[in-house]
Amino acid sequence: MRITTRLLAAAAISCLAAGASAKTLVYCSEGSPEGFDPALFTAGTTFDASSRPVYNRLVEFESGTTNTVPGLAESWTVSDDGLEYTFKLRPGVKFHTTDYFTPTRDFNADDVIFSFTRQGDPANPWNSYTENASWEYYQSMDMPALIKEIRKDDDMTVTFVLNRPEAPFIANMAMDFASILSKEYADSLEASGTQANLNQAPVGTGPFQFVAYQKDAVIRYKAHPDYWKGKEAIDDLIFAITVDSSVRMQKLKAGECHAAPYPNPADIAGLQADPNLTVMEQEGLNVGYLAYNTQQAPFDDPKVRKALNMAINKQAIIDAVFEGQAAIAKNPIPPTIWSYNDAVEDDPYDPEAAKALLAEAGQEGLKMKIWAMPVARPYNPNARRMAELIQADFAAVGVEVEIVSYEWGEYLKLSSDLDRDGAVLLGWTGDNGDPDNFLAVLLGCAAVGNSNRAQWCYQPFEDLIQEAKVTSSQVERAPLYEQAQVIFKEQAPWATIAHSVQFMPLSSKVQNYKMQPFGSHRFDGVDIAE
Amino acid sequence: MILFILRRIALLIPTILGITIVAFGFVRVLPGDPVLLMAGERGLSEERYAEMLKQFGYDQPIWRQYLDYLGDLLRGDFGNSIVTKKPVLTEFFALFPATVELAFCAIVIAILVGIPAGVFAASRRGKLVDQVLMGTALVGYSMPIFWWGLLLIIVFSGNLGWTPVSGRISLLYYFPAHTGFMLIDSLLSGEKGAFLSALHHLILPSIVLATVPLAVIARQTRSAMLEVLGEDYVRTARAKGMSPGRVIGVHALRNAMIPVITVIGLSVGTLLAGAILTETIFSWPGIGKWMVDSISRRDYPVVQGGLLLIAVVVMVVNLIVDTTYGLINPRIRH
Repeated sequence: MRITTRLLAAAAISCLAAGASAKTLVYCSEGSPEGFDPALFTAGTTFDASSRPVYNRLVEFESGTTNTVPGLAESWTVSDDGLEYTFKLRPGVKFHTTDYFTPTRDFNADDVIFSFTRQGDPANPWNSYTENASWEYYQSMDMPALIKEIRKDDDMTVTFVLNRPEAPFIANMAMDFASILSKEYADSLEASGTQANLNQAPVGTGPFQFVAYQKDAVIRYKAHPDYWKGKEAIDDLIFAITVDSSVRMQKLKAGECHAAPYPNPADIAGLQADPNLTVMEQEGLNVGYLAYNTQQAPFDDPKVRKALNMAINKQAIIDAVFEGQAAIAKNPIPPTIWSYNDAVEDDPYDPEAAKALLAEAGQEGLKMKIWAMPVARPYNPNARRMAELIQADFAAVGVEVEIVSYEWGEYLKLSSDLDRDGAVLLGWTGDNGDPDNFLAVLLGCAAVGNSNRAQWCYQPFEDLIQEAKVTSSQVERAPLYEQAQVIFKEQAPWATIAHSVQFMPLSSKVQNYKMQPFGSHRFDGVDIAE
Repeated sequence: MILFILRRIALLIPTILGITIVAFGFVRVLPGDPVLLMAGERGLSEERYAEMLKQFGYDQPIWRQYLDYLGDLLRGDFGNSIVTKKPVLTEFFALFPATVELAFCAIVIAILVGIPAGVFAASRRGKLVDQVLMGTALVGYSMPIFWWGLLLIIVFSGNLGWTPVSGRISLLYYFPAHTGFMLIDSLLSGEKGAFLSALHHLILPSIVLATVPLAVIARQTRSAMLEVLGEDYVRTARAKGMSPGRVIGVHALRNAMIPVITVIGLSVGTLLAGAILTETIFSWPGIGKWMVDSISRRDYPVVQGGLLLIAVVVMVVNLIVDTTYGLINPRIRH
């Protein structure tokens, strides 16, 4: 009977293919997109459905890596002072022709200027084209302070003038918020008074063009016939929104979809055993950590922090919390990021030495709080469990731990407070593959009271990351970050815990799928065996 | 009769006002707010946080926000979702037909199975059949829905392959949604096999959603029947030499129906509550799943608008039910 189902399902999918003599890939996505204008949003689920299939950026991340490669910009030059980035645009790039829009011209500088000024200029009518519009990524990547001017040199040349040198700028231009929209389409929506459609019926230059979205159920795309890299091998791409992880895996097994992300850790062995499936895995671009409040006694003493770090049995955490599907973290950046310093030695798990060091610091009988997040995140699937394990580890060295938790929104806010009482479990998934996106965002002085949960502002470290930020050559930046990681380890503002592994179960028929370090899901370049 | 209905409608107004207060208060009592959840691990500077609260109008005193909300409601404006930026009413009407379709099929199953089961159990009171039926009903009533749904998927979709795992219709079919009701749209589309596919996709979720109301209806029918079967007119009917089938089917059942109809009416609320879990398991794009997502994202306009709309639906259905048994049983009207 099981085989019959498979055959039926396979027949259904191949009927789909035969019916339109087309190849169809069905992706059981984990949630609904918030909308289709990526710059308005921050969720990966939304980017998977909008920026990745529908749009391109001036610069693209090479599939499967954190390297940047030319996208809608064929090439670029940076002025010697690092303040001007001039992009030479790719000629002959076509926007999608859809039921609701027919472009009359190719992509040009106007589209680039439109895509950014609408985010940065409050006077631009498109800045508030939909109710409650906010440009969170543009804001949080500090673009308003960074970009002085975007200049159109000619139809195919655009220059970004910055207020200060910013080495990660090229990587930023490959991020989802930097997707390029059609100015001509926006104008046509404005003329018909239907601006909100920019977020509901997207038009881009990307590998797939939008066909239809049935809320919370199905999103349909078809290959862009005039894609500048050539038409995709898949003709139709369908997202079947399936929220529950167990159900998603059942659909994959039953042949109702070709790919389904985020399996439950407990289901992975079963999926690996299925001969019709392939389970890909990759170390995620993330880190899970325990951040001490370094501005509060006794945690302002690096000795105390170091001693506590030595008391944590990280392997036990990896086994119990991640079911073995993670690597022990010793640095604040994951090993897949350039400048990762493998020479750094992790604090050994040594309860005796920890006890001795605590005694030396005069902290016998220490009591503290550990904050456990109320939600599962890729870098920490079960913070409560992790906190309990650390509680037991600390008890073994004479430190009494009280575990506290708050609702997620509250947790994020309260954990940022300068006078927060206790050490916080949290983590981070990288945005653009640049070390600055971890080291400055999570440990820089400007982020104290915000995303720097250790409230750690240490000048020798800060000097290094600031210097690296304004140096444009990666070769020169790398040693600065390597040194910063050495200082981080000496000072121990965090206990670095884990870099989790991400899994992607696929039908064995899917070819050339690549897992993305940022955790996004891309179907350009993917094919299906007949 | 018209006076009766008008009086009931007048009573709805204070109820609706009360619901706006509860719905408005409920989401705000929950800790956390939409802005913080949107920012995530990255966090927001104090200034940016204040700016965003202001943009959404959440910097105003709470009574002011409530009055603004009421004012908008009176103009028919339910606000826009903070997450998707779309009007709450548009989202509601896009999703509501899916829930109605599912709930309707569930209640049909519950009635078609529940009433005969109850009648049958009552007619065999105390016998093994009665005990088995009522025992099963008790199990059904106590079933954890999420577990039950997953179990059915694993057995019937996974192992046996009789039903699709989830969704409303095979992805093979793609046609415009005229009504939002997949059964109707699939017929209108004229595509061969589309209707059957939609029906096929409805089977498991309808059974899961029907489980609790079915159990309640079966038990209620049984006890109502037992009560009626002891009445004098039933004895008279029997004494007249009527066939047992006619006694039960015509004389007893009709009188036993009044409390059963009440229960069916009340189960509309149960169905909408059950839809929350059922829709989540089966990826059914209805309002139950919509509410769950919105609560977890603290999407204030959607939660308060959605709760209000759902409450109105439940009240209207109850009004219809009340009116119906006013028709069946003239005593209630007076």
